[in-house]
Amino acid sequence: MIWDWHFAGKILPDLLRGLVVTVEATLLGYAVALVLGLLWAVLRRSPSRVVNQVVRWVVEFIRSTPLLVQLFFLFFALPSIGLTFSALVTGVIGLGVHYSSYTSEVYRAGIADVPAGQWEATTALNLPRRRVWFGVVLPQAVRKVIPTLGNYLIAMFKDSPLLLAITVPEMLHSAYDVGAKSLRFLEPMTIVGVLFVIVSVLSSLLLRRLEFRYGNN
Amino acid sequence: MSDVLSSYPLLLRGAWVTIQLTVYGSALALVLAFVFGLMGGARSAWVRAVGRVYVEFFRGTATLVLMYWLFYALPLIGFRFAPMFAAVLALGLNVGAYGAEVVRGAVKAVPKAQFEATIALNMRPWQRLRRVLLPQAVALMLPPFGNLLIELMKGSAVVSLISIADLMLRAQQLRQSTGQTTAVFLVILVIYFVIAQVLQLLVRYMERRADIMLGRRPGRAARSALDTLGAAK
Repeated sequence: MIWDWHFAGKILPDLLRGLVVTVEATLLGYAVALVLGLLWAVLRRSPSRVVNQVVRWVVEFIRSTPLLVQLFFLFFALPSIGLTFSALVTGVIGLGVHYSSYTSEVYRAGIADVPAGQWEATTALNLPRRRVWFGVVLPQAVRKVIPTLGNYLIAMFKDSPLLLAITVPEMLHSAYDVGAKSLRFLEPMTIVGVLFVIVSVLSSLLLRRLEFRYGNN
Repeated sequence: MSDVLSSYPLLLRGAWVTIQLTVYGSALALVLAFVFGLMGGARSAWVRAVGRVYVEFFRGTATLVLMYWLFYALPLIGFRFAPMFAAVLALGLNVGAYGAEVVRGAVKAVPKAQFEATIALNMRPWQRLRRVLLPQAVALMLPPFGNLLIELMKGSAVVSLISIADLMLRAQQLRQSTGQTTAVFLVILVIYFVIAQVLQLLVRYMERRADIMLGRRPGRAARSALDTLGAAK
Protein backbone atom coordinates (compact mmCIF):
# COMPACT_ATOMS: atom_id res chain seq x y z
CA MET A 1 0.00 0.00 0.00
CA ILE A 2 1.39 3.36 -0.95
CA TRP A 3 0.38 6.92 -0.36
CA ASP A 4 -2.52 8.04 -2.57
CA TRP A 5 -2.63 11.79 -3.10
CA HIS A 6 -6.01 11.68 -4.81
CA PHE A 7 -7.59 9.95 -1.82
CA ALA A 8 -5.82 12.33 0.54
CA GLY A 9 -7.32 15.31 -1.30
CA LYS A 10 -10.76 13.79 -1.20
CA ILE A 11 -10.83 13.26 2.56
CA LEU A 12 -9.24 16.60 3.46
CA PRO A 13 -12.55 18.56 3.70
CA ASP A 14 -13.92 15.99 6.17
CA LEU A 15 -10.80 16.26 8.30
CA LEU A 16 -10.86 20.04 8.21
CA ARG A 17 -14.45 19.99 9.45
CA GLY A 18 -13.15 17.85 12.32
CA LEU A 19 -10.40 20.41 12.90
CA VAL A 20 -13.04 23.13 13.32
CA VAL A 21 -14.74 21.10 16.05
CA THR A 22 -11.36 20.47 17.69
CA VAL A 23 -10.54 24.18 17.72
CA GLU A 24 -14.01 25.06 18.96
CA ALA A 25 -13.82 22.59 21.84
CA THR A 26 -10.33 23.79 22.73
CA LEU A 27 -11.22 27.48 22.80
CA LEU A 28 -14.43 27.00 24.78
CA GLY A 29 -12.67 24.65 27.20
CA TYR A 30 -9.88 27.17 27.55
CA ALA A 31 -12.37 29.87 28.52
CA VAL A 32 -13.77 27.58 31.21
CA ALA A 33 -10.25 26.75 32.42
CA LEU A 34 -9.27 30.41 32.66
CA VAL A 35 -12.32 31.40 34.72
CA LEU A 36 -12.45 28.32 36.94
CA GLY A 37 -8.70 28.36 37.53
CA LEU A 38 -8.91 31.95 38.69
CA LEU A 39 -11.72 30.99 41.05
CA TRP A 40 -9.61 28.16 42.55
CA ALA A 41 -6.62 30.45 42.94
CA VAL A 42 -8.61 33.15 44.72
CA LEU A 43 -10.29 30.59 46.98
CA ARG A 44 -6.85 29.24 47.90
CA ARG A 45 -6.17 32.67 49.44
CA SER A 46 -9.29 32.42 51.56
CA PRO A 47 -8.65 33.04 55.27
CA SER A 48 -10.72 29.97 56.16
CA ARG A 49 -8.51 26.92 56.61
CA VAL A 50 -11.31 24.57 55.64
CA VAL A 51 -12.01 26.26 52.29
CA ASN A 52 -8.30 26.47 51.68
CA GLN A 53 -7.55 22.80 52.25
CA VAL A 54 -10.66 21.53 50.51
CA VAL A 55 -9.84 23.53 47.38
CA ARG A 56 -6.23 22.42 47.55
CA TRP A 57 -7.09 18.71 47.58
CA VAL A 58 -9.86 19.01 45.03
CA VAL A 59 -7.46 20.68 42.63
CA GLU A 60 -4.76 18.11 43.40
CA PHE A 61 -7.24 15.34 42.73
CA ILE A 62 -8.36 16.79 39.41
CA ARG A 63 -4.77 17.31 38.36
CA SER A 64 -3.48 13.86 39.18
CA THR A 65 -6.21 11.80 37.54
CA PRO A 66 -6.44 11.19 33.78
CA LEU A 67 -8.55 13.48 31.64
CA LEU A 68 -9.97 10.49 29.77
CA VAL A 69 -11.39 8.99 32.95
CA GLN A 70 -12.83 12.33 33.96
CA LEU A 71 -14.49 12.70 30.58
CA PHE A 72 -16.10 9.28 30.89
CA PHE A 73 -17.15 10.09 34.41
CA LEU A 74 -18.86 13.31 33.28
CA PHE A 75 -20.33 11.66 30.21
CA PHE A 76 -21.98 8.86 32.16
CA ALA A 77 -22.45 10.34 35.62
CA LEU A 78 -23.97 13.72 34.77
CA PRO A 79 -27.05 12.22 33.06
CA SER A 80 -27.62 9.96 36.07
CA ILE A 81 -28.07 13.02 38.29
CA GLY A 82 -30.39 14.59 35.75
CA LEU A 83 -28.01 16.86 33.84
CA THR A 84 -27.98 16.00 30.17
CA PHE A 85 -25.61 17.82 27.85
CA SER A 86 -24.48 17.15 24.33
CA ALA A 87 -21.20 15.30 23.95
CA LEU A 88 -19.43 18.49 22.88
CA VAL A 89 -20.59 20.43 25.95
CA THR A 90 -19.56 17.56 28.22
CA GLY A 91 -16.18 17.55 26.51
CA VAL A 92 -15.78 21.28 26.97
CA ILE A 93 -16.66 21.00 30.66
CA GLY A 94 -14.22 18.10 31.06
CA LEU A 95 -11.35 19.86 29.31
CA GLY A 96 -12.08 23.10 31.16
CA VAL A 97 -12.27 21.56 34.61
CA HIS A 98 -9.17 19.44 34.05
CA TYR A 99 -7.07 22.34 32.84
CA SER A 100 -8.42 24.68 35.52
CA SER A 101 -6.27 22.67 37.92
CA TYR A 102 -3.20 23.71 35.91
CA THR A 103 -4.22 27.33 35.35
CA SER A 104 -5.00 27.74 39.04
CA GLU A 105 -1.36 26.96 39.84
CA VAL A 106 -0.27 29.54 37.29
CA TYR A 107 -2.54 32.20 38.75
CA ARG A 108 -1.40 31.26 42.23
CA ALA A 109 2.20 31.93 41.28
CA GLY A 110 1.15 35.24 39.75
CA ILE A 111 -0.75 36.30 42.85
CA ALA A 112 2.12 35.29 45.11
CA ASP A 113 4.35 37.49 42.98
CA VAL A 114 2.37 40.67 43.69
CA PRO A 115 4.51 42.68 46.14
CA ALA A 116 3.34 42.70 49.75
CA GLY A 117 3.29 46.50 49.64
CA GLN A 118 0.35 46.37 47.24
CA TRP A 119 -1.65 44.30 49.71
CA GLU A 120 -0.72 46.60 52.56
CA ALA A 121 -1.74 49.63 50.50
CA THR A 122 -5.20 48.16 49.90
CA THR A 123 -5.56 47.68 53.64
CA ALA A 124 -4.35 51.20 54.33
CA LEU A 125 -6.84 52.57 51.80
CA ASN A 126 -9.55 50.43 53.33
CA LEU A 127 -10.61 49.12 49.92
CA PRO A 128 -13.51 46.68 49.81
CA ARG A 129 -12.51 43.09 49.02
CA ARG A 130 -13.90 43.16 45.54
CA ARG A 131 -11.73 46.15 44.62
CA VAL A 132 -8.70 44.61 46.29
CA TRP A 133 -8.95 41.68 43.89
CA PHE A 134 -10.30 43.23 40.72
CA GLY A 135 -8.74 46.68 41.02
CA VAL A 136 -5.29 45.93 42.42
CA VAL A 137 -4.13 42.32 42.73
CA LEU A 138 -5.50 40.51 39.69
CA PRO A 139 -4.56 43.08 37.03
CA GLN A 140 -0.94 42.83 38.16
CA ALA A 141 -0.96 39.08 38.76
CA VAL A 142 -2.66 38.06 35.52
CA ARG A 143 -0.58 40.27 33.26
CA LYS A 144 2.57 38.55 34.40
CA VAL A 145 1.35 35.03 33.75
CA ILE A 146 -0.19 35.52 30.30
CA PRO A 147 2.63 33.69 28.45
CA THR A 148 2.50 30.74 30.85
CA LEU A 149 -1.25 30.53 30.48
CA GLY A 150 -0.79 30.45 26.73
CA ASN A 151 1.24 27.23 26.96
CA TYR A 152 -1.78 25.48 28.38
CA LEU A 153 -3.82 26.44 25.33
CA ILE A 154 -1.46 24.35 23.22
CA ALA A 155 -1.41 21.54 25.76
CA MET A 156 -5.18 21.53 25.72
CA PHE A 157 -5.35 21.50 21.96
CA LYS A 158 -3.29 18.35 22.01
CA ASP A 159 -5.53 16.70 24.57
CA SER A 160 -8.68 17.46 22.58
CA PRO A 161 -8.51 14.19 20.53
CA LEU A 162 -9.53 12.44 23.73
CA LEU A 163 -13.00 13.82 23.12
CA LEU A 164 -13.45 11.19 20.44
CA ALA A 165 -13.89 8.66 23.24
CA ILE A 166 -17.14 10.38 24.21
CA THR A 167 -18.28 10.58 20.57
CA VAL A 168 -17.46 14.23 19.85
CA PRO A 169 -16.89 14.46 16.07
CA GLU A 170 -13.45 16.06 16.33
CA MET A 171 -10.57 15.60 13.89
CA LEU A 172 -9.19 12.22 14.97
CA HIS A 173 -12.75 10.92 15.13
CA SER A 174 -13.40 11.94 11.53
CA ALA A 175 -10.07 10.40 10.50
CA TYR A 176 -11.02 7.15 12.15
CA ASP A 177 -14.43 7.22 10.47
CA VAL A 178 -12.90 7.82 7.07
CA GLY A 179 -10.41 5.04 7.69
CA ALA A 180 -13.02 2.58 8.87
CA LYS A 181 -15.20 3.24 5.82
CA SER A 182 -12.48 3.02 3.19
CA LEU A 183 -10.13 0.68 5.08
CA ARG A 184 -7.33 3.13 4.35
CA PHE A 185 -5.87 4.43 7.59
CA LEU A 186 -2.53 5.63 6.35
CA GLU A 187 -3.66 8.88 4.71
CA PRO A 188 -6.24 10.11 7.26
CA MET A 189 -4.04 9.36 10.29
CA THR A 190 -0.99 10.93 8.73
CA ILE A 191 -2.88 14.06 7.66
CA VAL A 192 -4.31 14.45 11.15
CA GLY A 193 -0.84 14.13 12.65
CA VAL A 194 0.54 16.73 10.27
CA LEU A 195 -2.36 19.12 10.89
CA PHE A 196 -1.79 18.80 14.62
CA VAL A 197 1.87 19.66 14.27
CA ILE A 198 1.09 22.60 11.98
CA VAL A 199 -1.49 24.11 14.31
CA SER A 200 0.68 23.56 17.41
CA VAL A 201 3.77 25.06 15.82
CA LEU A 202 1.82 28.04 14.48
CA SER A 203 0.23 28.72 17.84
CA SER A 204 3.56 28.40 19.62
CA LEU A 205 4.99 31.04 17.26
CA LEU A 206 2.05 33.26 18.13
CA LEU A 207 2.71 32.64 21.80
CA ARG A 208 6.32 33.62 21.45
CA ARG A 209 5.12 37.04 20.25
CA LEU A 210 2.75 37.28 23.18
CA GLU A 211 5.61 36.44 25.51
CA PHE A 212 7.69 39.14 23.90
CA ARG A 213 4.94 41.69 24.51
CA TYR A 214 4.09 40.83 28.10
CA GLY A 215 7.26 39.08 29.21
CA ASN A 216 9.40 42.04 30.13
CA ASN A 217 7.07 43.94 32.35
CA MET B 1 -20.80 0.12 45.11
CA SER B 2 -20.23 -3.29 46.71
CA ASP B 3 -20.43 -4.97 43.29
CA VAL B 4 -17.63 -2.75 42.16
CA LEU B 5 -15.51 -3.29 45.25
CA SER B 6 -15.97 -7.06 45.15
CA SER B 7 -14.51 -7.22 41.65
CA TYR B 8 -11.28 -5.65 42.81
CA PRO B 9 -9.00 -8.36 41.27
CA LEU B 10 -10.03 -7.09 37.85
CA LEU B 11 -9.20 -3.52 38.78
CA LEU B 12 -5.91 -4.55 40.35
CA ARG B 13 -4.90 -6.34 37.14
CA GLY B 14 -5.76 -3.17 35.25
CA ALA B 15 -3.78 -1.03 37.66
CA TRP B 16 -0.81 -3.36 37.23
CA VAL B 17 -0.90 -2.82 33.44
CA THR B 18 -1.12 0.94 34.01
CA ILE B 19 1.94 0.77 36.26
CA GLN B 20 3.84 -1.33 33.71
CA LEU B 21 3.05 1.17 30.97
CA THR B 22 4.22 3.98 33.21
CA VAL B 23 7.50 2.24 34.01
CA TYR B 24 8.33 1.22 30.41
CA GLY B 25 7.14 4.50 28.97
CA SER B 26 9.16 6.59 31.40
CA ALA B 27 12.26 4.42 30.88
CA LEU B 28 12.07 5.06 27.13
CA ALA B 29 11.28 8.75 27.71
CA LEU B 30 14.26 9.08 30.04
CA VAL B 31 16.68 7.66 27.49
CA LEU B 32 15.28 9.82 24.68
CA ALA B 33 15.28 12.89 26.92
CA PHE B 34 18.98 12.50 27.70
CA VAL B 35 20.01 11.67 24.13
CA PHE B 36 18.12 14.51 22.46
CA GLY B 37 18.48 16.93 25.36
CA LEU B 38 22.27 16.61 25.28
CA MET B 39 22.16 16.93 21.49
CA GLY B 40 20.28 20.18 21.99
CA GLY B 41 23.27 21.57 23.86
CA ALA B 42 25.89 20.29 21.42
CA ARG B 43 28.37 22.57 19.69
CA SER B 44 27.66 21.38 16.14
CA ALA B 45 24.68 23.14 14.57
CA TRP B 46 23.64 19.95 12.74
CA VAL B 47 23.44 17.90 15.92
CA ARG B 48 21.49 20.70 17.58
CA ALA B 49 19.07 20.80 14.65
CA VAL B 50 18.34 17.08 14.99
CA GLY B 51 17.54 17.60 18.66
CA ARG B 52 15.27 20.55 17.85
CA VAL B 53 13.36 18.66 15.15
CA TYR B 54 12.69 15.77 17.49
CA VAL B 55 11.48 18.07 20.26
CA GLU B 56 9.29 20.26 18.07
CA PHE B 57 7.75 17.35 16.23
CA PHE B 58 6.88 15.17 19.18
CA ARG B 59 5.84 18.04 21.41
CA GLY B 60 3.50 19.12 18.65
CA THR B 61 1.66 15.82 18.16
CA ALA B 62 -0.94 14.50 20.55
CA THR B 63 -0.10 11.17 22.17
CA LEU B 64 -3.36 9.69 21.05
CA VAL B 65 -2.84 10.73 17.43
CA LEU B 66 0.65 9.26 17.52
CA MET B 67 -0.66 6.05 19.03
CA TYR B 68 -3.41 5.74 16.42
CA TRP B 69 -0.89 6.40 13.71
CA LEU B 70 1.47 3.72 14.99
CA PHE B 71 -1.36 1.29 15.54
CA TYR B 72 -3.59 1.84 12.50
CA ALA B 73 -1.52 3.53 9.82
CA LEU B 74 1.94 1.96 10.07
CA PRO B 75 0.79 -1.67 9.69
CA LEU B 76 -0.44 -0.69 6.21
CA ILE B 77 3.08 0.05 5.07
CA GLY B 78 4.45 -3.09 6.62
CA PHE B 79 5.32 -2.24 10.24
CA ARG B 80 3.13 -4.09 12.67
CA PHE B 81 3.49 -3.45 16.38
CA ALA B 82 1.97 -5.23 19.31
CA PRO B 83 -0.50 -2.85 20.98
CA MET B 84 1.61 -2.64 24.13
CA PHE B 85 4.70 -1.75 22.10
CA ALA B 86 2.86 0.93 20.12
CA ALA B 87 1.53 2.40 23.35
CA VAL B 88 4.91 2.50 25.09
CA LEU B 89 6.51 3.95 21.97
CA ALA B 90 3.90 6.71 21.68
CA LEU B 91 4.06 7.61 25.38
CA GLY B 92 7.84 7.49 25.46
CA LEU B 93 8.38 9.54 22.30
CA ASN B 94 5.93 12.17 23.44
CA VAL B 95 7.09 12.60 27.02
CA GLY B 96 10.70 12.21 25.90
CA ALA B 97 10.34 15.40 23.87
CA TYR B 98 9.28 17.35 26.95
CA GLY B 99 12.03 15.65 28.93
CA ALA B 100 14.64 16.64 26.34
CA GLU B 101 13.77 20.30 26.94
CA VAL B 102 14.13 19.75 30.67
CA VAL B 103 17.56 18.13 30.23
CA ARG B 104 18.75 20.89 27.91
CA GLY B 105 17.54 23.59 30.30
CA ALA B 106 19.07 21.92 33.34
CA VAL B 107 22.49 21.45 31.76
CA LYS B 108 22.43 25.08 30.66
CA ALA B 109 21.47 26.18 34.17
CA VAL B 110 24.62 24.72 35.78
CA PRO B 111 26.82 27.74 36.60
CA LYS B 112 29.20 28.62 33.79
CA ALA B 113 32.19 28.61 36.12
CA GLN B 114 31.74 24.89 36.67
CA PHE B 115 32.14 24.29 32.96
CA GLU B 116 35.15 26.57 32.76
CA ALA B 117 36.72 24.74 35.69
CA THR B 118 36.43 21.42 33.86
CA ILE B 119 38.30 22.91 30.92
CA ALA B 120 40.93 24.35 33.23
CA LEU B 121 41.36 20.88 34.72
CA ASN B 122 41.78 19.48 31.22
CA MET B 123 38.90 17.04 31.47
CA ARG B 124 37.71 15.18 28.42
CA PRO B 125 34.18 16.06 27.19
CA TRP B 126 32.74 12.85 28.57
CA GLN B 127 34.37 13.42 31.97
CA ARG B 128 33.02 16.97 32.12
CA LEU B 129 29.54 15.68 31.60
CA ARG B 130 29.77 12.61 33.78
CA ARG B 131 31.69 14.04 36.74
CA VAL B 132 30.67 17.68 36.93
CA LEU B 133 27.78 18.86 34.81
CA LEU B 134 25.29 15.99 35.02
CA PRO B 135 25.39 15.43 38.79
CA GLN B 136 24.43 19.05 39.29
CA ALA B 137 21.99 19.15 36.39
CA VAL B 138 20.16 16.01 37.52
CA ALA B 139 19.20 17.69 40.78
CA LEU B 140 17.59 20.46 38.74
CA MET B 141 15.82 17.97 36.47
CA LEU B 142 14.14 15.96 39.18
CA PRO B 143 11.18 18.25 40.02
CA PRO B 144 10.09 18.73 36.37
CA PHE B 145 10.73 15.03 35.70
CA GLY B 146 8.37 14.26 38.56
CA ASN B 147 5.63 16.28 36.89
CA LEU B 148 6.28 14.56 33.58
CA LEU B 149 6.14 11.15 35.24
CA ILE B 150 2.66 11.90 36.53
CA GLU B 151 1.65 13.29 33.14
CA LEU B 152 2.81 10.05 31.56
CA MET B 153 0.91 7.96 34.07
CA LYS B 154 -2.23 9.98 33.35
CA GLY B 155 -1.59 9.84 29.62
CA SER B 156 -1.43 6.06 29.77
CA ALA B 157 -5.21 5.98 30.22
CA VAL B 158 -5.61 6.60 26.48
CA VAL B 159 -4.11 3.19 25.65
CA SER B 160 -7.50 1.73 26.48
CA LEU B 161 -8.61 3.23 23.14
CA ILE B 162 -6.29 0.82 21.30
CA SER B 163 -7.67 -2.05 23.39
CA ILE B 164 -4.94 -2.56 25.97
CA ALA B 165 -6.41 -3.87 29.20
CA ASP B 166 -5.26 -1.09 31.51
CA LEU B 167 -7.19 0.30 34.46
CA MET B 168 -9.39 2.40 32.19
CA LEU B 169 -10.40 -0.52 29.98
CA ARG B 170 -11.11 -2.69 33.01
CA ALA B 171 -13.37 0.05 34.28
CA GLN B 172 -15.26 0.03 30.99
CA GLN B 173 -15.71 -3.74 31.25
CA LEU B 174 -16.88 -3.43 34.82
CA ARG B 175 -19.29 -0.68 33.84
CA GLN B 176 -20.84 -2.91 31.23
CA SER B 177 -21.16 -5.90 33.55
CA THR B 178 -22.44 -4.09 36.66
CA GLY B 179 -24.11 -1.03 35.19
CA GLN B 180 -22.84 1.09 38.07
CA THR B 181 -21.17 3.76 36.05
CA THR B 182 -20.65 6.43 38.66
CA ALA B 183 -19.27 4.05 41.27
CA VAL B 184 -16.86 2.39 38.84
CA PHE B 185 -15.38 5.62 37.62
CA LEU B 186 -15.17 7.08 41.13
CA VAL B 187 -13.22 4.03 42.27
CA ILE B 188 -10.73 4.16 39.43
CA LEU B 189 -10.31 7.91 39.81
CA VAL B 190 -9.26 7.21 43.38
CA ILE B 191 -6.87 4.45 42.24
CA TYR B 192 -5.24 6.79 39.75
CA PHE B 193 -4.97 9.44 42.43
CA VAL B 194 -3.26 7.02 44.80
CA ILE B 195 -0.77 5.94 42.11
CA ALA B 196 0.01 9.59 41.39
CA GLN B 197 0.58 10.36 45.06
CA VAL B 198 2.91 7.39 45.44
CA LEU B 199 4.90 8.49 42.37
CA GLN B 200 5.12 11.96 43.86
CA LEU B 201 6.50 10.62 47.14
CA LEU B 202 9.05 8.62 45.20
CA VAL B 203 10.25 11.68 43.31
CA ARG B 204 10.43 13.73 46.53
CA TYR B 205 12.62 10.99 48.02
CA MET B 206 14.91 11.10 45.01
CA GLU B 207 15.10 14.89 45.24
CA ARG B 208 16.23 14.59 48.85
CA ARG B 209 18.83 11.99 47.89
CA ALA B 210 20.18 14.20 45.14
CA ASP B 211 20.44 17.16 47.51
CA ILE B 212 22.32 15.08 50.06
CA MET B 213 24.63 13.73 47.35
CA LEU B 214 25.51 17.28 46.33
CA GLY B 215 25.98 18.36 49.95
CA ARG B 216 23.08 20.80 49.83
CA ARG B 217 21.35 19.09 52.71
CA PRO B 218 22.92 17.14 55.56
CA GLY B 219 22.72 13.35 55.19
CA ARG B 220 21.77 11.02 58.00
CA ALA B 221 25.30 10.61 59.33
CA ALA B 222 25.86 14.36 59.30
CA ARG B 223 22.51 15.01 60.92
CA SER B 224 23.15 12.66 63.81
CA ALA B 225 26.60 14.20 64.26
CA LEU B 226 24.97 17.63 64.42
CA ASP B 227 22.45 16.32 66.91
CA THR B 228 25.15 15.00 69.24
CA LEU B 229 27.00 18.28 68.94
CA GLY B 230 23.81 20.10 69.88
CA ALA B 231 23.27 17.75 72.83
CA ALA B 232 26.85 18.30 74.04
CA LYS B 233 26.38 22.03 74.23
